[in-house]
Amino acid sequence: METFVDISDVALRYTGRAGSQDTLAVEHLNLKVHRGDFVAVVGPSGCGKSTLMKLATGLHFPSAGVVRLDGEVVNGPVSIAGMAFQNPVMLPWRSTRDNVLLPMEVVDPHRRQIRTNRTKYKLQADEILASVGLEGAGDQYPWQLSGGMQQRASLCRALIHEPELLLLDEPFAALDAFTREELWCVIRDLHQEKQFTCILVTHDLREAVFLADTVHVMSARPGQIIVSRTIPIPRPRSIEITYETEFAELTHELRGHIAEARG
Amino acid sequence: MQTKSAGIAKFDWVRASPWLCTFGLFVIWEASVWMFGIPYYILPAPTQIGYAMYEFSGALWFNSIQTLWTTLLGFAMAIVFGLLLGLFIGWDKRIYAGLYPLMIGFNSIPKIAVVPILVLWFGAGWLPAVLTAFLISFFPIVVNVATGLATIEPEMEDVLRALGAKKLDVMVKVGIPRSLPYFFGALKVAITLAFIGSVLSETIAANSGIGHMMLTAQANFEVPLVFACLIALAVEGIGMYAIMAGLEQRMTGWAHRSGFNR
Ligand SMILES: Nc1ncnc2c1ncn2[C@@H]1O[C@H](COP(=O)(O)OP(=O)(O)OP(=O)(O)O)[C@@H](O)[C@H]1O
Ligand SMILES: [Mg+2]
Repeated sequence: METFVDISDVALRYTGRAGSQDTLAVEHLNLKVHRGDFVAVVGPSGCGKSTLMKLATGLHFPSAGVVRLDGEVVNGPVSIAGMAFQNPVMLPWRSTRDNVLLPMEVVDPHRRQIRTNRTKYKLQADEILASVGLEGAGDQYPWQLSGGMQQRASLCRALIHEPELLLLDEPFAALDAFTREELWCVIRDLHQEKQFTCILVTHDLREAVFLADTVHVMSARPGQIIVSRTIPIPRPRSIEITYETEFAELTHELRGHIAEARG
Repeated sequence: MQTKSAGIAKFDWVRASPWLCTFGLFVIWEASVWMFGIPYYILPAPTQIGYAMYEFSGALWFNSIQTLWTTLLGFAMAIVFGLLLGLFIGWDKRIYAGLYPLMIGFNSIPKIAVVPILVLWFGAGWLPAVLTAFLISFFPIVVNVATGLATIEPEMEDVLRALGAKKLDVMVKVGIPRSLPYFFGALKVAITLAFIGSVLSETIAANSGIGHMMLTAQANFEVPLVFACLIALAVEGIGMYAIMAGLEQRMTGWAHRSGFNR
């Protein structure tokens, strides 16, 4: 399989304000993600996971090393990535549907078509909203939705333009256990259907093992990948597998690596 | 919430309260003046003020209109300039950091100290009044627009930039709509300040306007007329504030999303 995201020997140093210390967030970071793969990144807090996301999308530029995306060196924000965060950050003055359509107003070629073909895009938005269980919520404002519903809408916004790369930074951390599992299945099905490449940052090891093909464990700051564990559980996976021994053993093993990384 | 008893329309105390309080104030005022025998040249009673208003209604009206349009002209300039400068300052963190202290410094200069300079440059009349209104009222507009832009959620910016959005896209889609509640909120403050500015300048150097009229009345020892001017100013001020507050409510309903105000 071809490599889609290729982070090779990357370091990133945040230059603080005058007087305060610089932070070396990641160093000797190596990560390869194949096209269509689903990888999860876990690691101690502050180890540079969010930084990794920003490097992969070109929002930050490495201090050393190279980031390649689809074979090309990244030297500015890429224009194909969908992102979702722990905080759904919806625009309160737009209806949920218009929030979901926001990427369409920005990416080519849609930004030129959306004005003339509003109805088609509207239908597309309603379709993707329905696929995450938000039928009929398009006309409501995001602040009229519950936290879980907003997070679903935020996933829709990340996926509406059919990105080749999806980046999820602890997207379910603020949700209750049941909603979280429900959204795992939503993501699983969307990935199955659309075959995008996905990098998921999470603190939840069960989430990582359930969703990912490979789980990467990062060391404490400056972060680098210390263990990459392939998850051999066949797809499609159901929530039931999370109660099987193989699953428990995998999460337990990963837990050990993280405890080690925390030092 | 209280349930309305069927049939009998309940008296709406909340709506009536401002009128009752205003009326009550005048009643107490009137009574005190008569009870303590305060002479009209110290504190005239509301009835005496009312009579002065009636007597000088023509001049009062003329000068009120003059002050009104001086204020509005200065205010309009403040909106245009404040918006542009606010957009410029909020555009980039570095511009924001560089110009903000300058703005604070400028705003700390008491504007009364600027009026003589304006008079020196433009002569006495309505122009210094317009400019004072402008100078005193653009600051809150600039600061609020700039702050609205400069405090865009970083995640929102990341989402858009990872889609290849340019700075202009981020501003048009997120920054500007986001700063609108700040902008309309600032208008309320700014109109009051503009009004203070124009009256201030009129009392120093002008040939018309309520400020000028007050000064003349004071020189002629027409104390009830001085107070009549004050009342006219208060009424005008309340009116303009109410219009701006109404505008804010209309334009930025989404920012009051508790459902409490609906
Ligand atoms: N904009 C920034 N400026 C300066 N330092 C930063 C900045 N962003 C992150 N850092 C520092 O870089 C390090 C890594 O941050 P990062 O956000 O990547 O961690 P993380 O792994 O995502 O943590 P968490 O799991 O808590 O979200 C942290 O020590 C943080 O203090
Ligand atoms: Mg993080």
